[in-house]
Amino acid sequence: MDAPNADIAAAGRSFRIGDFLRNQLRNIAPFITLLFLVVFFSIASPSFATLDNLVNILQQVSVTGIIAVGLTFVILTAEIDLSVAAVANATAIVLTFFTLQPDYVNIANIPMPGAVAIVFALLACFALGMVTAFGVTRIGIPSFIMTLAMMQIGAGVSAVLVRGQIAYTVPSLILTLGSKSIAGVPWIIIVAAAFLLVAHLVLTYTRFGRYVYMVGGNREAAEYSGVNTKLVVGAVMVISAVCSGVAGMIGVAYFGSAQQNEFDTFLLDSIAAVVVGGTSLFGGRGGIGNTIVGLFVLGVLNNGLDYVKIDSFLKILIRGLILLIALVINIYAERLRAARVAGG
Amino acid sequence: MAPALLELSGISKSFGGVQALRAVDFALSAGEIHGLVGENGAGKSTLMKIIAGVHADYEGQMRVDGKEVHFRSSRDALAAGIGMVHQELSVAPELTVAENVFLGMQPVNRFGLVAWRAMAKQATVQLKNLGLDIDPKARLGDFPIGVQQLVELSRVLFSGARIIILDEPTSALSPPEIERLFAVLIRLKQSGRSLIYISHFLDDVLKVSDEITICRNGRKVATTPVTPEIDKGWIIERMIGTGREELEESYLGEIKLTSKPTAPVVLEAKGLTLAPAYRNASFAARGGEVLGVYGFMGCGQLELARTLFGRLRPDRGSLAIGGTPVDLANTSAARRAGVAFVAESRRAMLFGEEPVYKNISIAVLRQLSRILLKPDRERAIAAEQAEALDIRPPNVESRLGALSGGNQQKVALAKWLTHAPRILLLAEPTRGMDVGAKEDVVRIVRALRDQGIAIIVFSTEPETVLSLADRVLVMRKGEIAHEFADQAISKDRLLAAA
Repeated sequence: MDAPNADIAAAGRSFRIGDFLRNQLRNIAPFITLLFLVVFFSIASPSFATLDNLVNILQQVSVTGIIAVGLTFVILTAEIDLSVAAVANATAIVLTFFTLQPDYVNIANIPMPGAVAIVFALLACFALGMVTAFGVTRIGIPSFIMTLAMMQIGAGVSAVLVRGQIAYTVPSLILTLGSKSIAGVPWIIIVAAAFLLVAHLVLTYTRFGRYVYMVGGNREAAEYSGVNTKLVVGAVMVISAVCSGVAGMIGVAYFGSAQQNEFDTFLLDSIAAVVVGGTSLFGGRGGIGNTIVGLFVLGVLNNGLDYVKIDSFLKILIRGLILLIALVINIYAERLRAARVAGG
Repeated sequence: MAPALLELSGISKSFGGVQALRAVDFALSAGEIHGLVGENGAGKSTLMKIIAGVHADYEGQMRVDGKEVHFRSSRDALAAGIGMVHQELSVAPELTVAENVFLGMQPVNRFGLVAWRAMAKQATVQLKNLGLDIDPKARLGDFPIGVQQLVELSRVLFSGARIIILDEPTSALSPPEIERLFAVLIRLKQSGRSLIYISHFLDDVLKVSDEITICRNGRKVATTPVTPEIDKGWIIERMIGTGREELEESYLGEIKLTSKPTAPVVLEAKGLTLAPAYRNASFAARGGEVLGVYGFMGCGQLELARTLFGRLRPDRGSLAIGGTPVDLANTSAARRAGVAFVAESRRAMLFGEEPVYKNISIAVLRQLSRILLKPDRERAIAAEQAEALDIRPPNVESRLGALSGGNQQKVALAKWLTHAPRILLLAEPTRGMDVGAKEDVVRIVRALRDQGIAIIVFSTEPETVLSLADRVLVMRKGEIAHEFADQAISKDRLLAAA
């Protein structure tokens, strides 16, 4: 029994560098992409690499970042949530629905004190998350389809409540968090950073975080280890909905208004941030660190393209291509790893 | 005797260094049902796969109608009139009966479209010939397994097969379905077709076969016409062999079971039923006793094991642990009730990409930590188990996938031993292990038993059950058919009971 193990150990030593690179491809590739983009835009435009612009970029990715936190949990368990943008939108509109709007906004809303409106909005996104969780774990609808339905339900909630109007007023706490600064630092960046930090701590240092990784790594094995995998999957769906809800509320304050379809682009952006960052679409690998890098890549790309002379319509195509490349790397990294496991 | 329709001589085949078949001769005449029996690994399947064209690389000669052939694919074999019905049915349950009969060769009309009406008509005739009067337009999945099997058989027949190989056709069938299948087989025989019938169920083989060939260790041991003198005991004797070198390995000698009827009952099942896997399973497992559950592949024991671990929910019946009735809604509930389970497949138990210590701690994280993880404790308990079970390398940081199979198996066991369970369920605990690793498992299981844990071993390998169990239940086609307690037991008696 000793001999084969010694062989494996020896093989492990001789392939260590190649092995390390292959194993870390998903972590290294996004970082190199980020470096490349930063260097490219810095050379292309002298006003890109400034502190002001850094704050700009951070502000621009904050709403995406909060949504991406929830999505990171979901994708780590090898599920997907396509309803994030719709839930964000619906929550934002629930919030304004319970806030006193100016006279010229023609919505039959029910004004409440700010704190109550915020609680109602949080309950709304929590409830939407619970419905998704129920559908996925109890009824057994694949998350891809279930959240597609939830996407439409979120859009429906928005449509019914706002009826084609635009709402402007949000409770003062949300207004502060979304659009005010403290000591020169926008609150929205602090909120996003706090979400990312807490999520990182939960994923790395708590029992629940370990379960999330294990359920994504091998759901059957987690189940045969006595882990309540349905509970874990249900929980990440709720976490995702609540993150989206908070992002929606803050986003309204950041944009200054709430209307239907306001958050539509955030679905692609948040999924892109998680996947570009290198979290495996097959679950079990990656984390908040990856998501942060992914957010930077997306933020730098969106922001940097404004600094170079480029057809604004072409930008959409370029973003699509970047996402495609990230997907290729993501799948390729998984395949390299699988080959290594089979070989070992 | 009629001239041989199919004749094989001196067939040898090896996989890597393992000799699966050694110079086997085999002959099949027209209008004959030929039973083929032998233990797992005796070479039956390999031989049939050569005949059916699945294995093209072999030594020796094969003749069909006196002409030498060498099939390169199952298509070649089918063209020569040889078809096979596998144990795992290859029907499409969502399609209709008629579509299944003609799967892959639908009749088309002159516009190149599927000729539905002609197809249904022909299918009806086909199935009537097999004594099956069912609506060809109904969804096949709505019919019982026995009917689905006959539909697959009719497909093989319709494709023009004169020689049909049936691999373990009765394992999922109820007694009346078996009767119907046998009636069909005999009618086919009378119409001049030849059948090769592979099965572990010797009573079935004896009932339907004209001739029987027995294989052991890749060799043909005997071929005999079925006469009244040939009985189950005669066959089992030849299947197991009496050679001295096999004696130690094969538990031909008697083993005295040491059941403990006075030990406290830890788990009690009453009338557990999960159709169609198993029915009416009632038994008790006692602390400090290893209960073996033996049966052939597909006898329902693996489903029973999963039910006891909360993975499958029974249709009926009750379960009590330590005298308290329990309802195991999921595996998490089973774990909390003190049940531990090691599945027959390592892949289903382990996280190949994670370090050894995370593989071990996953099952007991709840005991280790409320909210925050305690990685140092995880590593400590994992290291303790690695030492106790002699897991190599003993480094709990190594990636699980880098360990050898036997060591991975030990990790799968280790994860339940950091906090001793009340009931330990082991499915195929020694499958694919070398002798040394098997001995380790026996030693570990005995030690756990002596701690008072109730252990249930589920296996399709007689050796595994005989080497571990203090009491043995034999399952046959979903039912507990026999119990061996407090008596001498041997492999042939175990086989005869299954």
